[in-house]
Amino acid sequence: MRTVQAVAWKEIQVYFGTPIAYIVGMIFLVVTGIIFASGVVPSENNPFPEAALTAFFQSRWTIFFVILLAPTLTMRLISEEQKMGTIELLLTSPVRDWEIIVGKYLASLAFLVALLALTLYYPLMLFIFAEPDPGPIFSGYLGLVLFGASALAIGMLTSTITSNQIVAAIVGIGLIGALFVVDFSSDLVEGVASVLVNEIGSYAHYEDFSRGVIDTKHVVYFLSVTAVFLFLAIRALEFRRWR
Amino acid sequence: MDDQSTSDLMIQANDLTHFYGPQPAIEDVNFGVKKGEILGFLGPNGAGKTTTMRIITGYMPPTQGKVTLADYDVVEQSLDVRKRIGYLPETVPLHTEMQVTNYLKYMGTLRGMPSRLIKRRIGEVIEVCRLQDYHKTIIGKLSKGFRQRVGIAQAILHEPEVLVLDEPTIGIDPIQVVETRQLIRDLRSERTVVLSSHILPEVNVICDRVLIIHEGRIVAEDSPSNLAQRLQGVDQLQVEVGGPVQQVLAALRGVPGVTEVTHRNQQGRNIFIVQVQRGQDLRDEISRVVVSNEWSLLSMQLVSMSLEDIFLRLTTHEEL
Repeated sequence: MRTVQAVAWKEIQVYFGTPIAYIVGMIFLVVTGIIFASGVVPSENNPFPEAALTAFFQSRWTIFFVILLAPTLTMRLISEEQKMGTIELLLTSPVRDWEIIVGKYLASLAFLVALLALTLYYPLMLFIFAEPDPGPIFSGYLGLVLFGASALAIGMLTSTITSNQIVAAIVGIGLIGALFVVDFSSDLVEGVASVLVNEIGSYAHYEDFSRGVIDTKHVVYFLSVTAVFLFLAIRALEFRRWR
Repeated sequence: MDDQSTSDLMIQANDLTHFYGPQPAIEDVNFGVKKGEILGFLGPNGAGKTTTMRIITGYMPPTQGKVTLADYDVVEQSLDVRKRIGYLPETVPLHTEMQVTNYLKYMGTLRGMPSRLIKRRIGEVIEVCRLQDYHKTIIGKLSKGFRQRVGIAQAILHEPEVLVLDEPTIGIDPIQVVETRQLIRDLRSERTVVLSSHILPEVNVICDRVLIIHEGRIVAEDSPSNLAQRLQGVDQLQVEVGGPVQQVLAALRGVPGVTEVTHRNQQGRNIFIVQVQRGQDLRDEISRVVVSNEWSLLSMQLVSMSLEDIFLRLTTHEEL
């Protein structure tokens, strides 16, 4: 466990030691701030807005941002070690392959959670100036964290299979995006295939959270996606040795 | 090898073969390293030194064969092996964005050292590797020589039983080379060291025993002085002849007592290196062969063999 911690801590230091963290944080706050404001400020279309974060959680921009952000955070984690050759010292240290993957993954998750924590001042303002329903806010954040966790796991896998960070990021964005929207195609196929496609896609599972519903099924879905991709990343790292 | 010495073996490699593609990088490599011994792998680039070292350190498994380190199988009990090894890869890969001490702390934690020990050892290795003035410097800003020292510092940090150093003096300036060699010699009393090099004097100075590896095979194995002695069984004549190369080669090879002849074109001059059995002076016979063929004998020199020659001979035979 101490090695997982050591690996994670090193990566967290890198995240916060480089300007990237602050640039990404700033962009994220600008984008989500606009989304939040548009949802709660009265306008012609929406003269009596609700004191809620629904707009923030449901906006495709928020989701799009997470789809872009997750692989950007994970792309260097293993790819860079392969490119720089530092992986040789990492893999010859008495560290298990899963400890490397899990440690690095936890660092990226911590960064994502920290980023989401920055937006907590939106609900804070709502609580100060109005009386929002805390339920959907909590479930909305839970959904975002779970979706982010699964996206980061996919990014971990793509970072492990290539030493090119750009390739890792692009393939990651593609995979996460495809997984997110695949259930849109469920009408195109029939029967079991349709049900399957519906269940595999992330969108349907995510949507309920933003509406204030915490369904175990959805929690299990995101945790499963995370576990499967982390497992694949560990296997990919093991396979590296045999190449 | 008798039973007693077998049990002393820290590293034992049996029939190692490794393929990257269809071509084997190493083939049927066998060797043993005794506890406390400094073993040198000597060979030109691409001979299979790095491949062998990567297999010893558990970075990659051999295609065939088996290595044990302190009686642990490198593939089956990889973690036990990795705990006992300090490794300096050829390119000295370091995390360039980290400070020296932070990096060493990270490497120490990865090796499962308790934090108090890490703190004490960082102080010690920084002194041993003379990094005192640079312990807070970002690694990316260090020169190649200092990075090399950081590389050695991380390799000895956890006081491993075995040190594996791949080309420890490549790419650093001559003064640093001398310092690095001294550093490795200072470490010799405490642990088993396997190092690779393509520089003969280096191996000669540092190592107790040398394995000469060429095209993935071990072609000679002995102590540096024994290797020299063994090959002193041969004397060398350097003959410059004006005449058709292939015919001269054939003629010289035909002289009784000559063991081998090689040709070298040195700035347009035809130099023939003639190996003769020790103690035989064949200068008379050779000159007569040359003259009787109506070639011109331009010069002839008796050279006794240095280690460099052995090395050249052992690793350049393809170019004969």
